[in-house]
Amino acid sequence: MLAQQLVNGLLLGATYALFALGFTLTFGVLRVINLTYGFYFTAGAFIAWYLTRGGTGLALALPAAAIGSGIIAVILDALLLTRLRRARADELASLMVTLGAVLALYAAMTALLGPDIRRLPQSVLGSGALVLGPVRVTQAQLLILGAVTVLAGGLVWLVRFSRLGLGIRAVAENPDAAGLMGIDAARIAVLVSFLSGALAGAGGVLIGLAFNAIQPYMGEQMMLRGFVVVILGGLGDIFGAMLAGLLLGVVEVLTAAYLASGFKEAVAFALLVLVLWTRPAGLFGRPPPRRA
Amino acid sequence: MNALEVAGLAVSYGPTEALRGIDLAVAEGETVCLLGANGAGKTTTLRALSGQVRARAGRIRFAGAEIGGMRPHRIAARGLVQVPEGRQVFAALTVAENLALGAWTLRDAAEADRRRRQVLARFPRLAERLRQPAGSLSGGEQQMLAIGRALMAGPKLLLLDEPSMGLAPLMVEEIFAVIAELRQEGVTLLLVEQNASAALEIADRAYVLENGRITLAGPAWQVARDPSVAAAYLGG
Ligand SMILES: Nc1ncnc2c1ncn2[C@@H]1O[C@H](COP(=O)(O)OP(=O)(O)OP(=O)(O)O)[C@@H](O)[C@H]1O
Ligand SMILES: [Mg+2]
Repeated sequence: MLAQQLVNGLLLGATYALFALGFTLTFGVLRVINLTYGFYFTAGAFIAWYLTRGGTGLALALPAAAIGSGIIAVILDALLLTRLRRARADELASLMVTLGAVLALYAAMTALLGPDIRRLPQSVLGSGALVLGPVRVTQAQLLILGAVTVLAGGLVWLVRFSRLGLGIRAVAENPDAAGLMGIDAARIAVLVSFLSGALAGAGGVLIGLAFNAIQPYMGEQMMLRGFVVVILGGLGDIFGAMLAGLLLGVVEVLTAAYLASGFKEAVAFALLVLVLWTRPAGLFGRPPPRRA
Repeated sequence: MNALEVAGLAVSYGPTEALRGIDLAVAEGETVCLLGANGAGKTTTLRALSGQVRARAGRIRFAGAEIGGMRPHRIAARGLVQVPEGRQVFAALTVAENLALGAWTLRDAAEADRRRRQVLARFPRLAERLRQPAGSLSGGEQQMLAIGRALMAGPKLLLLDEPSMGLAPLMVEEIFAVIAELRQEGVTLLLVEQNASAALEIADRAYVLENGRITLAGPAWQVARDPSVAAAYLGG
């Protein structure tokens, strides 16, 4: 029973981690708190729902949803934030602008598509499961595990080990000095927006799979968790976000199983407050990345 | 041949006029120093040359092309390279990564490798610390890294903004020795300094900037003898 709950928690946490990775990436590099981020999650889920309903397999629908959400992220970022960045507006300005925008987007989507919950076709979810002793892992969970491993691993490789990643890290630390190196900081910003939007979109598809419930405001509920994970992990810290995501998933599932399902948000936020009291730089204690 | 020609360059920060129309030239292979008190507009001049602030008026020609209004990464790619005030090494990145970033626009890996070996031969202390984060280096080592990083770009014109600022006297000497070496090797240099005596000793020509205007220009030895310069910058 406990083993099963742990597995469920870790898999749920893996999707939280994926979602939070993109959020922490944009914050770490672009230094904006972008609340439209939750909308990319919704967008990804809806793109996948639309495609799979039309008969497309998940192997195609998942990357298409990720790419589509990435493109939406780039467009919204250009519309909403480029001007603010150019004017070097503070983080509060980006918070207000993106909050207004994202509420408008959810409302417009609800008005256009209706508030009802959509479900992915059964053929996509599959009915098989892997049974390992007392633990049962569904086909959807296996897919989540695979997708998160590939995407998170790919992101870590890109940021830590590739030439482009070096440029991303330079822009994150000091965009001015990066420009002096010949790095086009604006192009890096577009790339980072795309990557984070794609991660959020993929996260939306995977949560859609996990709970089989897709509706416009799902991104907003996820955004709260995104905040918890990113702050627990330390703002801008990629590894911190991954660990904190897994932790939050496990805490939520265990709370629901042994306490009551209604308590899981309360416990998640209590955890957040507790951690911030005792370790203001996040759970893993590293100080926030230096900004020159 | 002039590597750099600036005419009527004016920069404002909102209502503050930082540069009120300056003319300035650096010939190929020449070392020129730009002197001035705090707030005179020295950093603003370099930032305008690198495209980091927008000029309100004036023209900037570099290596025969108009570069005014270009974005910083394009200007850097043309070989106008800046070692910024306060060094601005990437503190969280390793020394090796900082050097690699200096050669960002260079696509030739063999050439990058050659330059890296040259830089490490010039600054053996960096060679011992390649895997350390740049933030863990001493101020002098960070300045060496900032200069080494700029040399990785193979600059046609190197701008140095107060490279001796905040360093211990011994380290200041070392940095000026490096600048003298670069001059010997024929690197074109525009040097901003508060340490006027050392800068005037190295430079071929000098400009004095006051309140956003050039008030004096000429051969370095001549500027050094100017009574106003002696009083204001040479402590006597
Ligand atoms: N970002 C900015 N916003 C507003 N004013 C600025 C800005 N940067 C510089 N200034 C002003 O422009 C003028 C010139 O500044 P600048 O930094 O170019 O001087 P400097 O000669 O480099 O001085 P220092 O020797 O202290 O480095 C100063 O009056 C300064 O206060
Ligand atoms: Mg200055």
